[in-house]
Amino acid sequence: MTLRSPLGRAIGAGSAKEGVHHWWTQRLSAVALVFLSTWFVVSILSLPAHDYPTVIAWMSQGWTAVLLILFVLTAAWHSQLGVRVVVEDYVHGSGMKSLSLALVTFFHVVVAAAGVFAILKVALGGAV
Amino acid sequence: MAERPLSPHLSVYRMYRYSVLTSISNRLSGVVLAVGLIVLVYWLMAVAGGALAYGHALAILSSGMFKIIYLLLLAAFSYHLLAGIRHLVWDTGRGLERAQSQRSAWLIGIVSLLLFAGLAWWLLVRAGGAP
Repeated sequence: MTLRSPLGRAIGAGSAKEGVHHWWTQRLSAVALVFLSTWFVVSILSLPAHDYPTVIAWMSQGWTAVLLILFVLTAAWHSQLGVRVVVEDYVHGSGMKSLSLALVTFFHVVVAAAGVFAILKVALGGAV
Repeated sequence: MAERPLSPHLSVYRMYRYSVLTSISNRLSGVVLAVGLIVLVYWLMAVAGGALAYGHALAILSSGMFKIIYLLLLAAFSYHLLAGIRHLVWDTGRGLERAQSQRSAWLIGIVSLLLFAGLAWWLLVRAGGAP
């Protein structure tokens, strides 16, 4: 006995192999964030001061900017995956759920775009 | 359409179990960190906005209320980091027995408290305060 639908059998396509996509990208970003978030917390706490010149000098270093961009993008991606599941679990009603999920997506895209823009602007000497 | 049961069926769980506590704490700390992204981007945008804009933002970001927010974020970071590593270990198929899982729940609880204590000390004892 097969549980496949007649249409499925007629088309004959297999699975898209994307069933574990959410799970896998969540794990991948988690592994990256173990390092990136630790680097960020240690760096930010290690700064001798948080006045403008100190922060600008720090962010203008090449590797700082690159790691910061990676951190913001990976954190936004990982956060989006996680908050999405929380919304899916706790927000009921298809209308509210769709709306919340759309807002979660928009929020994280804005976070990622603004973060990368700001880092690049400072690193490329645009902030005065 | 008939009312179907919705996941998660919170009412069927005994809510005081360690597994429930660690799971919900991981979610809660994750959501706190998601909110922390707003603070991070606000700070980054302020830096990009120039010295004057940064001065205004820094006045807000070094207020007492934000000290509490940083402590909250450090606590969430400490817990979420260790709970996440626990999940990654589980994903390799290890540590899934009940006794092992109970032990690792205690372990991440204690280690994250120590980590948080260390980070909080670093944040508060240093002069100037975090951004």
